[in-house]
Amino acid sequence: MVKSGTLILHTAARILMPLQLLFSVFLLLRGHDEPGGGFIAGLVAAGAFTLYLFAFGVSATRDVLRMVDPRDLIGMGLLLGMISVFPAWFVDQPFLTAQWWEVPGIDFKASTPLIFDIGVYLAVLGSVLAMVMTLMEVDKDEP
Amino acid sequence: MQLAVLSGFVLAAFAPLLHRWFGGRTSLVLAVFPAALALWFLGQVPAVMDGEVLTLALEWVPSLGMSLTFVIDGLSLLFALLITVIGTFVLIYAGGYLKGHPDLVRFHIVILAFMVSMLGLVLADGLLTMFVFWELTSITSYLLIGFNHADLEARKSARQGLFVTVAGGLALMAGLVMLGIAGGSWSLSELNAMGDVLREHDLYAPLLICLLLGAFTKSAQFPFHFWLPNAMAAPTPVSAYLHSATMVKAGIYLLARLHPGLGGTEMWIGILSVVGALTMFTGAFLAIRHTNIKKLLAYSTVMALGTLTMLLGIGTEGALIAFATFLLAHSLYKGALFMVAGILDHETGTKDVTAMGGLRPLMPVTALVALIAALSLAGVPPLFGFIAKELMFESVLEAGRFRALILLLAFSAAFLTIAVAAIVGLRPFFGERRQTPRVAHEAPASMLIGPAVLAILSLLLGLTPMLAGTGLLTAAASAVIGEPVQVSLSLWHGINLPLLMSLASLGLGYALFRRWDLVRGRLARLDPLMARGPEAGYEAFMHGVTVVSDWQTRILQNGYMRNYIMVMVLTLIGLVGNSLLLRHAPAIAFHVDVRFHEVVVVGMLVMGALFATVTRSRLSAVVSVGIMGFSIALTFILFSAPDLGITQLLVETLTVILLVLVLFRLPRFASLSTPVERIRDIIVAGSAGVLITLLVLTAWGIDQFVPISGYMIDNSVPLAHGRNIVNVILVDYRALDTLGEIFVLALAAIGVIAMLKLRAGDKAAKKATPEKEPYDG
Amino acid sequence: MEPIMAVAIGTLYAAAIFMILRRSIVKLVIGLILLSNAANLLIFTSAGMTRGAPPLIPEGLSAPVGAVADPLPQAVVLTAIVIAFGVLAFAVVLIRRAYEIVKADDLDKMKETDT
Repeated sequence: MVKSGTLILHTAARILMPLQLLFSVFLLLRGHDEPGGGFIAGLVAAGAFTLYLFAFGVSATRDVLRMVDPRDLIGMGLLLGMISVFPAWFVDQPFLTAQWWEVPGIDFKASTPLIFDIGVYLAVLGSVLAMVMTLMEVDKDEP
Repeated sequence: MQLAVLSGFVLAAFAPLLHRWFGGRTSLVLAVFPAALALWFLGQVPAVMDGEVLTLALEWVPSLGMSLTFVIDGLSLLFALLITVIGTFVLIYAGGYLKGHPDLVRFHIVILAFMVSMLGLVLADGLLTMFVFWELTSITSYLLIGFNHADLEARKSARQGLFVTVAGGLALMAGLVMLGIAGGSWSLSELNAMGDVLREHDLYAPLLICLLLGAFTKSAQFPFHFWLPNAMAAPTPVSAYLHSATMVKAGIYLLARLHPGLGGTEMWIGILSVVGALTMFTGAFLAIRHTNIKKLLAYSTVMALGTLTMLLGIGTEGALIAFATFLLAHSLYKGALFMVAGILDHETGTKDVTAMGGLRPLMPVTALVALIAALSLAGVPPLFGFIAKELMFESVLEAGRFRALILLLAFSAAFLTIAVAAIVGLRPFFGERRQTPRVAHEAPASMLIGPAVLAILSLLLGLTPMLAGTGLLTAAASAVIGEPVQVSLSLWHGINLPLLMSLASLGLGYALFRRWDLVRGRLARLDPLMARGPEAGYEAFMHGVTVVSDWQTRILQNGYMRNYIMVMVLTLIGLVGNSLLLRHAPAIAFHVDVRFHEVVVVGMLVMGALFATVTRSRLSAVVSVGIMGFSIALTFILFSAPDLGITQLLVETLTVILLVLVLFRLPRFASLSTPVERIRDIIVAGSAGVLITLLVLTAWGIDQFVPISGYMIDNSVPLAHGRNIVNVILVDYRALDTLGEIFVLALAAIGVIAMLKLRAGDKAAKKATPEKEPYDG
Repeated sequence: MEPIMAVAIGTLYAAAIFMILRRSIVKLVIGLILLSNAANLLIFTSAGMTRGAPPLIPEGLSAPVGAVADPLPQAVVLTAIVIAFGVLAFAVVLIRRAYEIVKADDLDKMKETDT
């Protein structure tokens, strides 16, 4: 399954993956206003990496991911989710109450829901990727 | 203050770090915590003596009426002082007793946690917070009894103590809930102010029984006394602290605390005074059968706990003053004696008193401390124990009901206790020198300071009874009685009946001590009878539980998964179908508004699902499931859910990848069922399908609640600054749910990794078991 | 449209339960997929089905124009879809491991606890 390297798949994967990743970030950021959001964006990004996995195998994908292990992504995602719980505490509101901050200069609003959504994005991406990669690794070990 | 007390939990968590820094002196460092608290509590004594009640409120969950309120009155202050003062010395003592023990860190963690729980228990005003602390003391006690967990006996005793106290804890919880309902309040101080309402309430009898069960199990009252002597498997500092001075008095504390609200009825007086007196006698009688010094002391603790219960039962003003006095006296001398027992065990290598003798020249300080504490236990003037015993006899003579019985039991217990005191305080130190497994010498200072201070206090308070009497004991007795009283203690009451009883018991007790070896031999003949005591009942009960659970597991957990599922589905069909047909005759409004393309999509969906069930090939099953999934995505998009459509599409793609990766590693579809089974399953599954269809159709006609999504739609932009309402719900309105969900997802991923990667171990196991079929087919 | 959906959901449930009652573990996997999809559809349709009115608010407005589909079931189902995938992956891998150890695809042969 892993070795199914055709020219079309290779080329498609190489070109499509960055586009898909870019698209996933776009989906993530616009998610609060238009269809999209952390879950969908995380799945799109996971799809991008999965395509690459099928085209080039696990070790090549690990090279693309560089230092980041998908398991670390899970942890980072959960951590961001937890971090967004606390800011409300400092202004004497119940936990998880959304906080909004204007970023001066550009027309962009930072907020705890955005942090939270990024956390969801990373957790979904990390979880799906970790599952698929582990399965493929094991697959390779046992022909 | 609450935070100061609770910071002990934090300190417990940091104990390993402190061990790294301070090594063997950690005990001393940790002892600063209870010592500081003790000083703070001492500072409150003058105010409380003036009759003040300090209430420290800290809101916790205001919406549930739960708060962490501490109330400091005479009773709780007396307990808090005992806990912190004895706790300080126990920590110092443990530093010597467990010196170099590899698990000393664990000991420190648990004993600190216990200390905080116990303080919380006696200070808490809320019924529920008190209950939480109560259970925490049971758990920490379990961990401490089983401290030497490599020892089977210790584990067994720990489990026994846990089962008995936690079973009582369940009863207590029921009792507290009933108490809360009966009084309409969850605050102890408010409940105590409405005694008449409670005593007249219909729930009085059941709630009292439940509360008493909780208190009696915790405080080792007959017939639940057996766990306490077994708890002596714990290290001696634990026995001195938990199982004589503090935790076992939690039940007594509860009864004393609730006395103003619940006491004084026929039922209260009858049960408490008789059970207390029986416990008192049982403890004293069983004590002299033993030669193990810790068991002797444990049974004499049972005797003391019985005395306290009995005094609460008698309930006259004199009895309650005697209660407070006896409580203090007992904690002082028993704590000291236990620590002496630990010294003897530590220095001689044996716990058997008959193996010790003539140790006084070798360990003069220990001998002196033991002598003072034992004299107080025996109730010899001028020690504090004497005053307590005098008062106890006086109150027994005042008892209204069952006076003769109580008097007889109390007198017998008194002279048996004097024999116990002599066995513990005289026998190891006087007489001819005996060879002990270890050559004894004086204990280190860290182990002597605790018992010495406690023994000196026993002497000091005995000589100047006014010091204790006018001070704390007045406040404590007032809190138990519910109204202010004046306590004046004195050593000399003139020649009266209690004094004569004291003298007679001293004589009898000493005579018994002289003939102890003989009497013990005679009593050994009773052993077969003893083997049928309450502990045998406990064993039989536990055995019964094992047998029943074994039996029901074999019936219910038969291992065939489809049987479980069949039972679940049939139950669902039965229960839901029944109420559906009976309550809502399915009134289905058929106004079908369909478009052609929608029918095509839904038709594809249904066909995909059905084809997946009939196909014989894995590949076509995966394909048809895929078709179903994409049809569902289309349905979502057609019916105004773009986010869902996208998500479904992506997940569907990933699912196919997953199935490709895993499913083709598995065998082909197998046809294993017989045609009869298949028809049966079709009928069951079909009826479930029909039921669901009817349920969905019926549910649309019912509007029981106003949908909450109106609020979400209206406030999405003004409050949450988001125009995609679904996303706003996910990351803002219901973010806590989403947080939980990503945790679930992460757990599933970690589970997958664990199952696939951690497999080194079972490869070896697979080689060990030959390829055969050990399972019946 | 709702009555047709009700029948479709009922069929999905029936198919799922039938597959879960099979003895072959591979069929069990298919049953799990069917069951989670059936449950998702059930929740989705519980608030009624609306055509062409997604719960989105046009730019510049503070409330949607006209009635929109109920967003709450959608939010619930959205997470349910992703979690169902996670659980499915877990179950599939569990079954695969069980198969490797027991060497049987018959659930009736997996009834002993100590394998």
